[in-house]
Formats: sequence, C-alpha cells, structure tokens
Amino acid sequence: MSNRLDSAATPLLTVDAVGKEFFGNRVLEEVNFSLYAGEILGLVGENGAGKSTLMNILFGMPVISQTGGYDGRILIEGEEVRFSSPFDAIDAGIGMVHQEFSLLPGFTATENILLNRESTKYNPLVEVFGDRIKTLDRRDMRRRADEAISILGFSIDPEALGAEMPVGHKQFTEIAREIDRKSTKLLVLDEPTAVLAESEAEILIKSLRGLAERGISMIFISHRLQEVIDLCDEIIILRDGRVVKETKPAETSIFQVASLMVGRNVEAVSTERRLMEETETILDVQNLWVDMPGETVRDVTFSVRKGEIFGVGGLAGQGKLGIANGIMGLFPAGGNVTVKGEPLRLNDPALSLSRDMAFVAEDRRGVGLLLDEPIDWNIAFTAMQVQDKFVRKILGGLIKWRDDAAMREVALDYINRLEIRCTGHRQRAVELSGGNQQKVCLAKAFVVGPEILFVSEPTRGIDIGAKRLVLDTIRQVNEDTGATVIVTSSELEELRSVCDRIAIVDSGRISGVRDASRPAEEFGVLMLGESPSLVPAAATIGGETF
Amino acid sequence: MSGKFEKFISDFGWPRIIIALFLLLLFASTPFVGVKLDTSISDTLVRVGMNGVLVLAMVPMVQSGCGLNFGLPLGIIAGLLGAVTSIQVATSFDALYQVISSGGSVGVFASALSSVLQSGARGLALFGIALAIALPCAAILGFLYAQILNRVKGEEMMIATYVGFSSVAVMCMAWLLLPFNSPVMVWGYGGSGLRTTISTEGFWRHILSDFGSIDFGNFYFPTGMFIFFAIMVCIVWAFFRTKTGTAMTAAGSNPEFARASGIDVNKMRTISVMLSTVLGAVGILVYEQSFGFIQLYMGPLYMAFPAVAAILLGGASVNKATMANVIVGTFLFQGILTMTPSVINSILKSDMSEVIRIIVSNGMILYALTRKTRVKR
Repeated sequence: MSNRLDSAATPLLTVDAVGKEFFGNRVLEEVNFSLYAGEILGLVGENGAGKSTLMNILFGMPVISQTGGYDGRILIEGEEVRFSSPFDAIDAGIGMVHQEFSLLPGFTATENILLNRESTKYNPLVEVFGDRIKTLDRRDMRRRADEAISILGFSIDPEALGAEMPVGHKQFTEIAREIDRKSTKLLVLDEPTAVLAESEAEILIKSLRGLAERGISMIFISHRLQEVIDLCDEIIILRDGRVVKETKPAETSIFQVASLMVGRNVEAVSTERRLMEETETILDVQNLWVDMPGETVRDVTFSVRKGEIFGVGGLAGQGKLGIANGIMGLFPAGGNVTVKGEPLRLNDPALSLSRDMAFVAEDRRGVGLLLDEPIDWNIAFTAMQVQDKFVRKILGGLIKWRDDAAMREVALDYINRLEIRCTGHRQRAVELSGGNQQKVCLAKAFVVGPEILFVSEPTRGIDIGAKRLVLDTIRQVNEDTGATVIVTSSELEELRSVCDRIAIVDSGRISGVRDASRPAEEFGVLMLGESPSLVPAAATIGGETF
Repeated sequence: MSGKFEKFISDFGWPRIIIALFLLLLFASTPFVGVKLDTSISDTLVRVGMNGVLVLAMVPMVQSGCGLNFGLPLGIIAGLLGAVTSIQVATSFDALYQVISSGGSVGVFASALSSVLQSGARGLALFGIALAIALPCAAILGFLYAQILNRVKGEEMMIATYVGFSSVAVMCMAWLLLPFNSPVMVWGYGGSGLRTTISTEGFWRHILSDFGSIDFGNFYFPTGMFIFFAIMVCIVWAFFRTKTGTAMTAAGSNPEFARASGIDVNKMRTISVMLSTVLGAVGILVYEQSFGFIQLYMGPLYMAFPAVAAILLGGASVNKATMANVIVGTFLFQGILTMTPSVINSILKSDMSEVIRIIVSNGMILYALTRKTRVKR
C-alpha cells in the first residue's frame, strides 16, 4: 500500500540527525528518517522514548527553543526549516492532532473546524475597519465543514457544541480541522485512537488511509501496535531517544515491535530471583477506594509481606497511582487498611507518616519537593515535622529549635551516598536535574527510616543512568534496612527487574497478583482486564495506554 | 576580590543599590539646597523606628504563602483599641486617685493601680495596658481574618485589601458608638464619640523613643524604639528558626509538599495571619508613641501601602521575605520618603511634599509588584 514514488523524488519531510538535550539530560539522539508524500509513518516507543520531544521539535513548540533548541536539521521538501513557533509549522503545511483535545467547548463542530479560517462576506464596515470586520458566511462554512467531515467518512453533527460531543466525535472534529486546511501536507496524529471505541478506531484508520491516498503524509503515534502495523507504510521504533529499528509492517510482527520497544528479549527475565521466605503480613488492604482524579481506585484488596518489594503496575489512568496516595492520606479514601496489625485511620497524612510509612510521590515537582528551598531542607523536613529529628529542644521542649548543623550533616551524607550532583547542600532543589531531584525525594523518605516505603513512578522523566541508580538504591535500602517497599510504576520491565511480586491494577481493581518471575505476557493479559484473548499479550510490554 | 564584590552586588540586588545610591545623593545634596543634614538623618531614623514593626508584620503572611498583608489595618485597629482603652483607664484611675486622696476607700487592686499611675512608671504601665488589650484583640481579629483568607487561596492579597478597607469603615462607626468618656478623647461639643486625633501627651508619648535617647543639637536618636524594634525582629527571626516556623515556610513554599509531610496547611496559615495581625497592633502602638497622636477613623486606611512598599523595596517577593528585607527596605523606603519631599521642596520653593510622598510611595509599590524578583539565597 506504499505510495512512495520513485526514489529520485524529494521527500516531503527529512529528519536529519536530530537530537535534543534537556538540562544535560539527553532525550533524543541522532534521529534520521524521511517521509514521502502520501506515506504514513508509524512512530512507536515506550513512555519517555522521545516521541513527544521529536514531535515538539517538528512542530516548533516554544518549549524546545526555550530549553536551548535542538541539534541536526529538519528539511521540508528539501529546504531546511527551523520553526520558532507552531504558527510557522502550520504555515509550512504541518497539522497536528493533539492527544488532549484543543476544541473550544462553547463552539459548534463547524466553528471549531473552521476556527480562524472562516468563510466571510463583504459588508460596508470593511471599508472603515478592514477585513477583520467581515461577516461570517454561515452557509459556506457549513458546506466546508460537511465536506471535511465527509472526507473522514464519519458522521458528526456540525452544529453540536464542543462541550457536548462524545470523545470520539471530538477526535474526528480535530482531524476535520486539519483536513479543511487545504495547505496541510503532513499530519501528525498523537495517539488519535487512544480514546476511541474499537469501531470508531476502525473508521478513523480507514479515513486516514483515504487521506493518504489524497497525498497527505502522516506521522502516526500509537500504542495500539496492531493499528500501527495495519495502517503504516513505515514503522520507526524509538527507545531511549534513539531509533532502534526502521522497518516495514510486512517484515515485522507485533511481538518483534514490542520487544524492540522495551529493548530486551521479552521472554528473558534479567535479574536473579530472591528466595522470599514467608514472613508475616505488614500491610493489609481491604476494599480500599480512593478518589484521586484520573486515577480512581474502586475496590482494591491485597496484602504485602514484611521485607518484600511489592510492585503495583497497570496502564495509565487505571488507578495504580491512587493506591499509595490513598494510604498516605493525600486523597479522600475509604476501606480497611491494617498496618503492622493495627488499623490505620485514612485521610490524615500526619497519621500515616507517624505509622512508620514514607512516600516518594509520583509528582516530584508538585508534591515531592520544596523547589524554592535548599536540598537540606528538602531532605530533612518530613523527618523534622513527623519525628522531631533535627530539632533541639529548649526550655524543656517549649521551643523546638531547628538544628541546622544536623540538617547539613544528613544532607551531605545523602548527597554523598546517592551521588546527588549539586553545588552543595544549600543549592535549591529547582536547580537540580530530574534524576537528582528524584534522589533528593528518596533521601527525604529514607531519613524518616520507614518500615513501609511507597515509591511511585521512581524513574519517570529521568535518564537511563539515573534510572538504574534509583532502582538499585531502592533495592539496597530494602536489603540493608529490611524496609518493605511498594513500587508503583507504568513500566512493567522496571517492576519485573526490582520486585518480588507484582499486582496489576485495571479499572480501579486488582486484576491479579503474580510472582515477578512470571512471563511478561501474563502481566500483559492482566493489564487488559476483560478481553485478554483479543490482543496479543506481548503488545502490552510498553506498559501504558493501550 | 572582584568575585566577592560581584556576589555582594547580586545578593543585594541592583534595584536596592540604585535606590541606596539615590538616597546617598539626596543626603549629599542637603547642604546645597539649604536642608540641615543632621535633622534629615534624624528624621529618617525616627521614621525607620516608627514603621519598622509595621513592615515586620508583613513577614509571617508572606512566608506562609498568604501574600503581602494588605489587611494590615485590621491589626492597626486592634492596636488603636488598646491605645484608646489605655487612655480611658488612665482618666478613670486618675479620677479614682482624687477620690482616694480625699479619703475615699476603694478596692486593693484599684488603689494599687491608681497609685502606680501616679508614679514614675505611669507611661510604661499605660503602654503595657495598651499592649495587653491590643494583643488579644489582634489575635481574635487575626483568627477571623485567617478564616476568610483560607477560603480564597490564590486571591489573598485582593481580598486582604478589602478586609482592611471594610474593617476601617466598620470601626468608623464603632469609634463613635463605643462608650468611652475620657474628656481628652471625646468630642468637646457632643460629649460622646471619639475624636479623629487624640494626643498621647501625658500618657505614653515617646515612652519607647526617649528611653536612652541621644540628643545632640539637631540630631535625635530614639534608642529605645530601636531596641524595641530589634527585639521584635529577633523574635520573628527566632520564630522562623523553630519547627513551627519551618513548617510555616514550607507551607508557603509548596503547600502540597507540606501536606504530604503531615502539616496542616490551613493551621499554619492561620497562625501566620494571627502573628501578622498581632505585629500590626504592636507596630501601630510603637508608631503612635513616637508620633504623639492616635489617629482614628480613616487614619489606618492606607497604612498597609507604605509597609508593603518598604518590604518589597527591601527585596522580598510575594512569597519570600527575610529580616534583612525588612530592615533594608524600611530604611531605604523611609529614607526616600523623608528626603525626596524636603529636598525637592527646597529646590522648587513650594510645598508639595504630600503629593511627592504619594507619588514616591505608590510608584515604589507599582515598581516592586511588577518586578517579581526571586530572592537570592
């Protein structure tokens, strides 16, 4: 189905040795590919593989230029371009369909499709105020909207308000907007099918193919590997910011793509297994519910044995992050949680902390750190407030004086042990790189000396080297202090490499708890919940939106 | 050497250096425009002492994330209540002393207090009474004020401004209606309702200022007032070195972080607002004892703005303030405010000091709020 013309033609888009560094953290390196008119390129990779960064570069997002630009060249029809804003990209014929909908809720489908490109009619005021005062030609707008929608082959009510549309319709409206733009030569679709029902997704795939026949090229980003294989002419697999494989659908399989994405042979489990002796239950959770927006936990029951590393996995938005947040009292929760044999009253962070539990939050910058304060404050604060560490009591405890010397000492100790790269213990947390910030968060939790340590998304947004160190640190603390660790992560491979047992969360419930040594496919099936037979298990290794 | 110098400049901040140089220029120009240098310096220092505690009242709220205390008039009102009550007490007990002297008998406590008020400790005792009344009032008003601010997170400064304004309006009625009857305070013709301006002469005028003060020709230095200011600065500084103060700073820096560390953020904010209001009450008493008058009714209305301007000028931002910001800011702001009108008046040979004062003080607020500079470590 390739529309590739003879090889002498100039490609529509050439990406030549493009690379990008964020604050010394390399997220993209030497990416090369080219795309011809009418071709569909599939882009796949795990979370943080560099897909979004690549698209941001292509689309001229300000975040790229603000953080020092990018390396390499981007050529459109043989001419080098360097967009400074998305408007430049649009002018050059690149259309983007975002993962998050950018529709105006109070506008109808027609108005949203034709926003800022409305058909207009002349009226006398134009003589005075110029073209901006032209009247809208509603009838022609309706005709153009109908036309764009019919190209898609999906029926949307052109008069429906953005706010009232089902998600599927919103997605089609977004695409129709790009179709109406006659100059669009390249369409970037970032997970367009993630929110669609299966039947809607099929229609979308069909209409995208129709668009390709009209000569529009596409970059299609998706985690639904089957779609990528069905739709695309070329598949590029990104891992850790590098292109690991450029292939054609006919020459590959879902299984191969999945294993290339995670970079390991899916069958083989790397680390040696520890022999877990049967210890007593330290944390018992019965019928827990947590009202955390976007990560609702509905009814979760599990128990964790003393001294083990317990993994919580699952796709994004299914509720795995809600569990730790609920137990630590950060979001409204209910159910029975028993810690070391004693029931825990929920919804009070101070109480949870006082029960020798500590939490490394997934939202590092939002919850995990005092960005404007120095490292020593960040590390010592929780222990100071909860356990009166780093406090000198004066007048028989009437005045609790902050002990800066002790704080300095503990901060320097952890800076040393965790290899936190910084200018000193008084450097502000905001100035550190993601990996080093994560180490500060871990240090903060370690200082409390917890018996139960919750760590959520420990490696999100940090580079490979730091990832390894963070995971090793967690493992080491577990071995040295005997602390029970509960790791929540979207990356299944990461969980399998560090945990003893893994629970998979689906739709706010635990769909199963397995030994980490079980094959990845088994976890993949659990992640999908109800219809495991429909999708090959290996395709779930990416461990996120499916 | 140059590295140290650069570090000093970046720590101190260019805006402050420029303003300090301008102030220096104003002082240097005094002999040429016929203004006395020693009087100018003395005036500046007196004003620094008068306003210092009011500026300090900004710090707790800024640190806890409630923004600048535009509701300072609320604290000031509590201080005023203490002030007028102390004068009422003085009048009542002076009358009682007359009764005792002419052989009447009263309770032990009443006779003890009235004889103290006739002794050398009269001023100090009355000032103590003023504080004793003002502090609980401020604490209660501050608590209520905090309940409002905890419901409008993110919009504190706007709401605080109007809390200040409306409390002044409410008190305009209260000053008329409260049952004070001391002849030195009530309107002469009606016999009820407090006057707009009440002298503290004969009660506690200059009670702090004159303690160990230095008088040298035209130069006057209110030592006691500065000692008092220093003590207040030390108390606030020490508070932020305690566990609670640390928690308060963290709650202001990142409320989510504080909550995850088991801190009750609303409680921290409440404490900070109460502390700011109490400091406002103490501040106005210090101000009045030096100024010599209690100004009621619309007096407190715009008192927040010079204090806000001073602390911003001192390098504080809307969410971080240090003691150095308070001291440097008060000195620079009051210095400019004292010197600009007198020097310009002398040049222009006309009196427009009030106009210039308004332009300078509001201009500085505008300047400081538009430049949200990050405080250096």
